[in-house]
Amino acid sequence: MENLLQEPHPLETVLISRRFRLENSASLATFLANEGFAGFRKALTMTPDEIIAEVKLSSLRGRGGAGFPAGMKWSFVDRKSPKPKYVVVNADESEPGTCKDRVILQYDPFRLIEGVLIAARAIGSERGWIYIRGEYRYLIEHMNAVIAQAYAAGWLGKDIQGSGMNFDFATQSGAGAYECGEESALLESLEGKRGNPRLKPPFPAQVGAFQCPTVLNNVETYSAAPDVILKGGQYYADLGTPKNGGTRLLCISGHVNRPGVYEVRLGMNMLQAVNALAGGVWKGRKLKAIVPGGSSCPVLKAEECDIPMDYDSLAKAGSMLGSGGMVVLDETTDMVKLLSRIMKFYAHESCGWCIPCREGTTWLKKILARLDDGVGSVSDIDTVDQLAVNMFGHTFCPLGDAAAMPTMAIVRKFRHEFEAKLQSASQAFVPAPGTRSLPIVK
Amino acid sequence: MPDLVQLTINGKAVSAPKGTLVIEAAKQVGIEIPAFCYYEGYSLQAACRMCLVEVEKMPKLMPGCTLPVAEGMVVHTESPKVVDSRKSMLEFLLTNHPLDCPVCDKGGECELQDMTFRYGLGESRFTDIKQHVDEKQWSPLVYFDAPRCILCYRCVRVCEEGMGVQALGIGKRGVATEIIPNAGDHLECDECGNCVDICPVGALTSGTYRYKSRPWEMNYAGTICTHCSDGCKTTLSVRNGAIIRANNRDRSGINGEFLCAKGRFGYDFVHSPERLQTPLIRKDGKLEPASWSEALSLVAARLSELKSRGAKFGVLGSTHTTNEENYYLQKFARTGLGTSNIDHQRTGDVPALLDALSGHENALATVGDLYTAKSVLVISSDLSQQHPLLAFQLRANYRHNRAAVYTVTPGPVRERDYAARSVVVAPGAELDLLPALADELKKHGNLVIVFGPAIKGGAVHSLVAFGDSLGIPVKYICLVSDSNSRGALDMGLLPDLRPGYQAEAQPGLALPEILAAPDLDALWVVGSNPFETAPLASRDCFVVVQDLFLTETAQAADVVLPSASAYEKSGTVTNTAGEVQRLKPGPKVMGAKSDLEILGLIAKEMGLDLGIWSSDKVFEEIRRTVRGYNVALPVIATGGASPTTPVNGHVPASRPDLIQDSGDTLFTSGTLGRYSNVLKSVMEAPGTLYKP
Ligand SMILES: Cc1cc2nc3c(=O)[nH]c(=O)nc-3n(C[C@H](O)[C@H](O)[C@H](O)COP(=O)(O)O)c2cc1C
Ligand code: SF4
Ligand code: SF4
Ligand code: SF4
Repeated sequence: MENLLQEPHPLETVLISRRFRLENSASLATFLANEGFAGFRKALTMTPDEIIAEVKLSSLRGRGGAGFPAGMKWSFVDRKSPKPKYVVVNADESEPGTCKDRVILQYDPFRLIEGVLIAARAIGSERGWIYIRGEYRYLIEHMNAVIAQAYAAGWLGKDIQGSGMNFDFATQSGAGAYECGEESALLESLEGKRGNPRLKPPFPAQVGAFQCPTVLNNVETYSAAPDVILKGGQYYADLGTPKNGGTRLLCISGHVNRPGVYEVRLGMNMLQAVNALAGGVWKGRKLKAIVPGGSSCPVLKAEECDIPMDYDSLAKAGSMLGSGGMVVLDETTDMVKLLSRIMKFYAHESCGWCIPCREGTTWLKKILARLDDGVGSVSDIDTVDQLAVNMFGHTFCPLGDAAAMPTMAIVRKFRHEFEAKLQSASQAFVPAPGTRSLPIVK
Repeated sequence: MPDLVQLTINGKAVSAPKGTLVIEAAKQVGIEIPAFCYYEGYSLQAACRMCLVEVEKMPKLMPGCTLPVAEGMVVHTESPKVVDSRKSMLEFLLTNHPLDCPVCDKGGECELQDMTFRYGLGESRFTDIKQHVDEKQWSPLVYFDAPRCILCYRCVRVCEEGMGVQALGIGKRGVATEIIPNAGDHLECDECGNCVDICPVGALTSGTYRYKSRPWEMNYAGTICTHCSDGCKTTLSVRNGAIIRANNRDRSGINGEFLCAKGRFGYDFVHSPERLQTPLIRKDGKLEPASWSEALSLVAARLSELKSRGAKFGVLGSTHTTNEENYYLQKFARTGLGTSNIDHQRTGDVPALLDALSGHENALATVGDLYTAKSVLVISSDLSQQHPLLAFQLRANYRHNRAAVYTVTPGPVRERDYAARSVVVAPGAELDLLPALADELKKHGNLVIVFGPAIKGGAVHSLVAFGDSLGIPVKYICLVSDSNSRGALDMGLLPDLRPGYQAEAQPGLALPEILAAPDLDALWVVGSNPFETAPLASRDCFVVVQDLFLTETAQAADVVLPSASAYEKSGTVTNTAGEVQRLKPGPKVMGAKSDLEILGLIAKEMGLDLGIWSSDKVFEEIRRTVRGYNVALPVIATGGASPTTPVNGHVPASRPDLIQDSGDTLFTSGTLGRYSNVLKSVMEAPGTLYKP
């Protein structure tokens, strides 16, 4: 594949992305010539406990969205269980604004395989899958070829490189459901069933794929593992802020001059990322707001954006670092339209299992589409907020929250835009008094 | 006693065994946590979010239907947060609900109505357009109205987990999510209607009941299904004298809410236009309508006259009539007519089982035992086809208790999906295989053996000997076919055994010999159709038939007396496991009389003293005189099942060669099934046993 990447920006810290710009970066030869599998080779000399300890020390947190400490997750697997253990890679990458996993798969796929092998060694697994979103058809074919090469060169299969370790790995394709990125729905889909989430507990570490203990991480999380092992957990941790180790890929999109995927240390200032890395807001306009980590993360108004980008700082600011999908919005952005579009997405992607998400997202979608057309009343704005409140924390899986959180943030922070839209609309909708409830006869 | 956990719910101290769900623990202290998707006995969903409760120290509201109790847990089910959340769930649910309550079958007994009434918001903020999908018909018996569906997934679970059928699944997603038949646009299933029954709303409706009534406009009669011998309790809903629905929603009785297609839908034979509603008398070779008094005096006169000249009588009883009717009939034959030429179509070798169990205590299993036994061995029966309730019980036992189920049958059976072992053997070779299973069976600690009619005579004794050799408690069920096949045996509708399996001093002729006797003077057939398969040899024979329909036998009769079905009368019946239950009359069919009344009137007309023909009085006599029938009256009177105590002693063998399975399956039921348009309307092929 043609390499489209530009030179790294001086503010970037290239670790995961350090092979991206090499010629034929996705080839096994390039990989091997550039420290490929060195981390895994080192892991082979370590005990599973040592590997897990190193990952814990690195304070590597999940890059899929929730930011759960990877070492901790790996340690939850009952290695003494008589059942087989599985390693599953989440390459469903469907969170709007996120486009980093595909870059790894495209430019340095063997890095992922190396990370997976390290995880497999850590939990004693002999089988794994990478679950790739159906829309990434080209990547499925590409990964099949990569996996075939790894088998041919003895990096997958029986007795890997004479180490005595066996590991089989294969792709599995999604069919176009955002919900199948949620770990338990992914496992259902992986097993060939309808992609509804599972009841938790038990968590995948206890009962995962095919009822067996399973480690499930994001592509980027596994891809960080080789450097954690090779360079040491402490080295990795020191790159970031406390409890937020390492670097991560940031997908900057929206109203900027240079959208793209950038690798930064955790803790980099958000405005610096927008202004320096992405070349600032486009067309000389002012910044209005930023969606920091994918569409489900509450937006931050311009004045809230001067913060370090790590999991904890964003949580403090009332948002999330999420999947690293940062969407920059300039001053002309119509926030009503934005929320309406976001809700169209969630209503379309709700799996339908539970009431509040299934009915709530669609109801919100309908109201928001109306409000965007200027049809509705001021009480509809309150309803939007209240419906999100009623959904939040009440749904079966976090998709409901993912729909509720941006709603509450946008409708509260930009309420004036909703009101202005209603006022400016030519046929403002005024409900007749008493239409909401029947008059009560006293 | 399992480990007890102490917790507090709404300030009340509760102690519950470890692992108890909060929703169940709350129930113990009279606190309702509302839920749609939670359903005792089926897998957990946590989908409806109605049961969210506040638990101190937990950041979010928690679903009470999946949260196990924990020591010191403090739960609030009526806090403002919980109340608000419930209101919002109902508000969400109603956004796309059509709210067509005025024309919905479920109106008045709808859980969504009840919940909205009790917990709802009282007004709606929804002003947008509702999602609409047209109603679909999935089978002659099951309709689906998607907009009314609240997606509680009960139907999917009862079908998959309860029935082992898996006819229903979930399709599409988001607000368009729908329950869909796995076969696409129609059902391929048992047509049991348990999905319709378990649906909390009017989304699944019954092909036979829809748009016929409001629930408060019906009378209800809790009685016993009159099809197979499992003896399910059923509640008939009667409107304007007609049964328009059967279910067991109150979950009383041995079957809980379970019914199969026959029990739930196959009641329409009662109102078949072909029901006999007036007596018929043969005049000039043709059966002509006659009055009851004319017909009864004719029968009484002929019988008296024949009796006075020492004529040869034959009496054939039914496998659907009540114990009282059977008892009265044999008494009529033995003491009234002075003959032991009495029989019925036998469908299982109960006498051999009782004889083999002579000296055993507590060795007859009840239907309930199939749910509690550690292991169950099914020999020569396709339970899912012929004994749906027993099959349902077994599946539940496996699902909840991981019971070890073994089947040894001449063809594949549904139980193989979960059985510890499911072996197919050539007919006749069933018992040869048992020794190989012995070691495995012993391990489980106790066993129930269920055997079909192919195991009879000596084979039953061998089977019991095998059971004895295991050295663990073993109980037995001898399968018989029809709703009171067991009662016919117990009540002595046999030429060689009197009621309670007492030997008959002077055995009479059995069924085939009666039909074959060239010198038979009178044949009295009550509720059976022997001429369907065998002709009557005697040329000059007075034939009286009591039946619901003009069967092949009735067509050949001299006098036909229209009788009432089990759904129209009182009395008791005994199921295949020997449990006695009581019938309650639902509808009344003009012109027909119960067989007991017909027998009583003829006896009276003949001047015989056979006692009062009220079912209560006859049952009293049965309790006094028939071994094993001194059952607990209060249990029966309140709609329960009381097991008969086994005859503990020698029982003479009684012609095992005459035992024949009825061959009925899920959608057939002898004569009754022939007159049920509903059962004939299902598309699934009836009559295929041992389908691969
Ligand atoms: C609705 C929903 C969608 C998700 N989609 C993705 C996804 O596309 N990719 C991903 O890696 N994680 C996704 N997640 C997060 C996963 O559930 C899971 O937390 C993650 O894959 C774990 O890996 P990590 O710890 O390495 O982040 C999603 C979660 C939810 C609730
Ligand atoms: S919140 Fe409920 S409906 Fe939404 S995706 Fe999760 S389980 Fe499905
Ligand atoms: S059809 Fe009825 S039982 Fe089935 S999911 Fe819908 S509401 Fe529940
Ligand atoms: S299992 Fe037998 S008794 Fe029960 S409903 Fe079906 S036919 Fe009637």
